Amino acid sequence: MGDMNKKKLSKKASKSFVNYGIVICFFIVFQILSSTGHLGSSLKGQLIPICAYIVMALSLNLVVGISGELSLGHAGFMSVGAFTGVVVAQSLASSVPNGQMRLIMALIIGALVAGIAGILIGIPVLRLRGDYLAIVTLAFGEIIKNVLNCLYVGIDERGLHFSLKDEPSLHLEPGGKTILSGPMGALGVTKLSTFFVGIILILLVLFYIQNLIDSRPGRAIAAIRDNRIAAEACGIPVTKYKLMAFVTSAAMAGAAGALYALNYSTVVPKKFDFNTSILVLVFVVLGGIGNLRGSIIAAALLTVLPELLREFQDYRMLVYAIVLILVMLITNNEKAMTFVRNTIDNIMKKSRKEAA
Amino acid sequence: MVSYLINGISLGSVYAIIALGYTMVYGIAKMLNFAHGDVIMIGGYMAFCSTSYLGWPVIPSVLFSVFVCTILGMIIEKLAYKPLREASSLAVLITAIGVSYFLQNAALLIWSSNPKAFPNMVNLPNLVIGDVQISSVAIVTIITSIIIMIALTMFTSKTKLGKAMRAVSEDKGAAQLMGINVNATISMTFAIGSGLAAIAGVLLCSAYPTLMPTTGAMPGIKAFTAAVFGGIGSIPGAMLGGILLGIIEIFAKAYISTQLSDAIVFAVLIIVLIVKPTGLLGKKIAEKV
Repeated sequence: MGDMNKKKLSKKASKSFVNYGIVICFFIVFQILSSTGHLGSSLKGQLIPICAYIVMALSLNLVVGISGELSLGHAGFMSVGAFTGVVVAQSLASSVPNGQMRLIMALIIGALVAGIAGILIGIPVLRLRGDYLAIVTLAFGEIIKNVLNCLYVGIDERGLHFSLKDEPSLHLEPGGKTILSGPMGALGVTKLSTFFVGIILILLVLFYIQNLIDSRPGRAIAAIRDNRIAAEACGIPVTKYKLMAFVTSAAMAGAAGALYALNYSTVVPKKFDFNTSILVLVFVVLGGIGNLRGSIIAAALLTVLPELLREFQDYRMLVYAIVLILVMLITNNEKAMTFVRNTIDNIMKKSRKEAA
Repeated sequence: MVSYLINGISLGSVYAIIALGYTMVYGIAKMLNFAHGDVIMIGGYMAFCSTSYLGWPVIPSVLFSVFVCTILGMIIEKLAYKPLREASSLAVLITAIGVSYFLQNAALLIWSSNPKAFPNMVNLPNLVIGDVQISSVAIVTIITSIIIMIALTMFTSKTKLGKAMRAVSEDKGAAQLMGINVNATISMTFAIGSGLAAIAGVLLCSAYPTLMPTTGAMPGIKAFTAAVFGGIGSIPGAMLGGILLGIIEIFAKAYISTQLSDAIVFAVLIIVLIVKPTGLLGKKIAEKV
């Protein structure tokens, strides 16, 4: 009995180490490729967005896969994190000259503010179930986008100024600077994000989620997902644990947003709309709901896919849509899946024979 | 004030027609059909092509647009959703998103991203009562939607097909045992929903005459919100939800803030759902343990 437990544990541990290994290999391979100049400039520019999307997919998987709630407004938290990060990084430009230091502070504060938004949104949202919950997260995502679209933030010697109207109503002193200007977003952002910090962020998020799954709260969250009533009857505080998963996920999305935003010189609120939420959901579902490794691979591949489909030119998004539909149809079809498995087996057998 | 109210009801009627498509499909197939908004857009383009390129009169081109969208809805259901009838709801949702991307990008290839000026479909003078002027488009929209709502209510409560539709949405298995062809019924629901979407597309483009491949996206989301607002799966709920949403949107634009109007609409939805978690007219489903 004890032996079996040990085996199970070591299996779990090795599974999570494989995940860290994949991320680290990904880092090393791309680092070598880019330093030896084998990486195209378009792909090189995708490295940090890939990291941000991987973190987004992992964090959404915590809500959709592990907590079992469909969220359609995840990009809202990303944008809260993104614009908080930009404001932090820009306003600390003079007091903290070290760029890396500023980036880390932006990531942390971005995550904190997104987490607070998660608490504010989570309390009313988690009272609802199923599709109603989904539509309310969608609504919150749209509200966040809409409000950020009207938000003006400026800085001068007296500190930060906020306005929901226009730039003059910030009443900046001469020498002051506007950081966010409504629908125009943040202009002239200093690029701070690095691939290295992105990879560290992925590893941290991965470490946290993998440990959460096997912890007491993680088991409670999974129990609520599988049968809420039974879990409640066992004395698990449902709201507390649901909120915990939701808020953690929001905070991670915030950090991803800050990482993403500080990779560009301009960021507009429109970037983080419903389509971005859906994009991340596609990563999670294609990677396998609740499967962290799948999320990582799907996020990385699907972010690069439109680049790889360059040769189809105008048709690339059309091809992307067809690929998406076909993958969903095939993975949900018993016959097709057995066929795919058999062909893979045959190919493996053949190559083994040839090797022998 | 009165003209705002009329405009609100007119916009709301369009939302209501779109929401009907969402709610019927949800009721019968238990899926959120995210491609519905894009069927609206295709409907708009069809009417645009038949009037601007072929020079057809208004009524035939609207009928043509309805016809194309009905067929399109049935094809989408057959190819993309039918194979997934037993799959998880998330898989169906992602497929619907795939279909939505497909329609948007196909439209982008065919008609390019330049906005097209939608021809004026309603060549009637505006109605003037006292000092209030009401656009003819608004009146036509409201009348059309009233006709559609009455027809649909009659259809679902009186005809055999309508009754079959309600039976399937109550209990698929039992309906099949009673000799109802479930697949044909679902296919027909998609056909009706898409046909309604085409009408909504024409009405929407008459009121806001710019046509782009993304035209359907935002009204689609809002109509979906309207369907949830009224209680998803409920046909009167979708009508009520749509009209209320339209009125709230126009009033928020007029009296509070143009930029924040969408945020206000969604905030009202959230408040309603928190007070009444299954929407205004939604049924409360008892949980079995």
